[in-house]
Amino acid sequence: MNKIKSLDDLRKMKQNLEHEMNIREKSNEPESLVQIRVAMATCGIASGARTVMNTLVEKIEKDKIPAVVTQGGCMGYCYAEPTIEVKVPGKDPVVFGNVDSQRAIDILVKYVVNGELLEGIIPTNYQTINEKK
Amino acid sequence: MRVSFLQIIKQLTRKSRIMAQFKMHLLVCGGTGCRASQSEIIVENLKSEIKNLGLENDAQVVITGCFGFCEKGPIVKIVPDNTFYTQVKPEDCAEIVREHILKGRKVKRLLYEDPETQKHIEDSKHMNFYQKQIRIALRNCGFIDPENIDEYIARDGYAALGNIITGMSPQEAIDIMKKSGLRGRGGGGFPTGIKWEIASKSKADQKYVVCNADEGDPGAFMDRSILEGDPHSVIEAMAICGYCIGATKGIVYIRAEYPLAIKRLKIAARQSRAYGLLGQDILGSGFSFDIELRYGAGAFVCGEETALIKSMEGLRGEPTVKPPFPAEKGYLGKPTNVNNVETFANVPAIFLKGADWFSSIGTAKSKGTKVFALAGKINNVGLIEVPMGITLREVIFEIGGGIKDGKKFKAVQTGGPSGGCLTEKHLDTPIDFDNLIAAGSMMGSGGMIVMDEDDCMVSVAKFYLEFTVEESCGKCAPCRIGNKRLHEILEKICSGKGVEADIDYLKNLSRVIKDTALCGLGQTSPNPVLSTIEHFHDEYLAHVKERICPAGSCKALKLYTILPDKCTGCTACVRACPVDAITGEKRQAHVIDVNKCIRCGACYEKCKFTAIHVQ
Repeated sequence: MNKIKSLDDLRKMKQNLEHEMNIREKSNEPESLVQIRVAMATCGIASGARTVMNTLVEKIEKDKIPAVVTQGGCMGYCYAEPTIEVKVPGKDPVVFGNVDSQRAIDILVKYVVNGELLEGIIPTNYQTINEKK
Repeated sequence: MRVSFLQIIKQLTRKSRIMAQFKMHLLVCGGTGCRASQSEIIVENLKSEIKNLGLENDAQVVITGCFGFCEKGPIVKIVPDNTFYTQVKPEDCAEIVREHILKGRKVKRLLYEDPETQKHIEDSKHMNFYQKQIRIALRNCGFIDPENIDEYIARDGYAALGNIITGMSPQEAIDIMKKSGLRGRGGGGFPTGIKWEIASKSKADQKYVVCNADEGDPGAFMDRSILEGDPHSVIEAMAICGYCIGATKGIVYIRAEYPLAIKRLKIAARQSRAYGLLGQDILGSGFSFDIELRYGAGAFVCGEETALIKSMEGLRGEPTVKPPFPAEKGYLGKPTNVNNVETFANVPAIFLKGADWFSSIGTAKSKGTKVFALAGKINNVGLIEVPMGITLREVIFEIGGGIKDGKKFKAVQTGGPSGGCLTEKHLDTPIDFDNLIAAGSMMGSGGMIVMDEDDCMVSVAKFYLEFTVEESCGKCAPCRIGNKRLHEILEKICSGKGVEADIDYLKNLSRVIKDTALCGLGQTSPNPVLSTIEHFHDEYLAHVKERICPAGSCKALKLYTILPDKCTGCTACVRACPVDAITGEKRQAHVIDVNKCIRCGACYEKCKFTAIHVQ
């Protein structure tokens, strides 16, 4: 280990180190972040969900987008895998189908950052058991 | 050729392994409690299963400090989705990795189940246990790897020290401490900033910063958890204190019974030294500071600062008369500032977030938070940090999940052997230093022992006196002899030989001890007696007048009788009785001779017809 010689060095070091802690920091305040859930069931993985997840995680980290990526189970849209669900704070969750790496970046840049709507949204036609009256 | 599903997954994960960026962290509690339940094996199993599935670049396993939820340990927490797995066993690890890490399906049976709604809670943010907590001293416990200084630095570690030694005068830093309103967390509640100021004004060629890690209250483990989970915050705060008072040497006085805390503290000090954050000319500021460890043999009195200093000097751990205060004449006769572990753990956060932020939390005279170790007859035994001013009701019934087995709340003991009992009428009192003293107890270092209807308050007082008698150093007569007498009288009452006058005698003697003992140990040791007499006078009276123990806990006061209509005359109890106190013909109701009975309960356990009645 090299000695840290000044406060500036310490600050620089902190900046280099903090990205490794990012997913822990983000888990402290998930409600204030955009939550992206990648469907990671067998069919999802087979059609490339893992690559999509990697792309999302790297882009978010690189551009410092206030979003957190988690994995979920099968959402039931097997015809449209890989699928991702995006929940922007204060808005209803939106599900995107047939997501590949390129689309994943589009979704981040256009929908998450700029708030534009994109094509390929799967209309949610279900209620969860909690919503059902 | 058949290709298994596992192989496909492996191929796919290899393909996608371009730049490594962890998507999940698996935080495993490495505190003493969870380690005792095999958390080290859990870590190994998780790592090897992750490797088996080729997920090394997706998920990272991190050993952290205590999460506080010790009741349900070992804990494995997965972020960023905040999944909180409880009571994990080594054989559960493969399932966690295959289901959760690989396929995004949570392992339901390991999730925490809300005792009221019986629902599994998927996100730990929604657990009652955590909702009311504010974590300042425990901010890094259960969050970072305590053996990795980089994780501490990534969370602004040593930034407070850096800012202070390169841009602030000692007096400016002391003023911030004073403004924050932080008071000593070891029990006394003396304002930390003022303590530092007094030490800074003493003139000497050498001064010392001492960290008091001699945590001795029965059932308390706050300081141990902080040192095990976040040792760097204590080291950083000691260095800050050193700069403020003008000391270059720090000593941690820690009990030898805390091997894991000692190990982590040593690792932390070694890493800080390697980075130059301890040692000569820290960050080029010209300020030098280093720490060393001293081990205590686990004597309760050494938590008292003058006794602690004597012990560090290699002498018997006996307190001395104050003044002179350690701030003027302490270790080796030099000015010494002694603070408790939890007090230090608050310091870096205060400098990073500001005195105003800290003083916005808490009550008028007690600022910030307090860590409590919840123990006794409570559902969620564990470590919690709550803002000052929270009520006992919130702590016990919301965070603590209420009393075990649906029993009735009777009292809560705070402040350890120096404190007292609080009862139902205090449940809505806001907890802070002054309110607890007004209620006849004290904050103490943060042990909180909850008692239910089955606990006898005379026995509780006796238990604490037993502890004090054992731990008294013997230097002054009031403590050495007085406490022994108190204990004898309590013993007499519990064995059914007490008289009414004993209660007044207890009160008088308690007051004399409080007024005349030399140090804090003796001055506070009668508190458990006084507070139980005050709040449970009827229970004392029942012991001495009617010779019964209302809680049914004092063995000598139990009255065993046989219910004639239930007894079948099977003679099982006759054979069980070791003193032949039971007589009766076969198939006839039996009788217990009260004078012969030694109240051992053997007949009660043997009887199949619930015919033995205990009063």
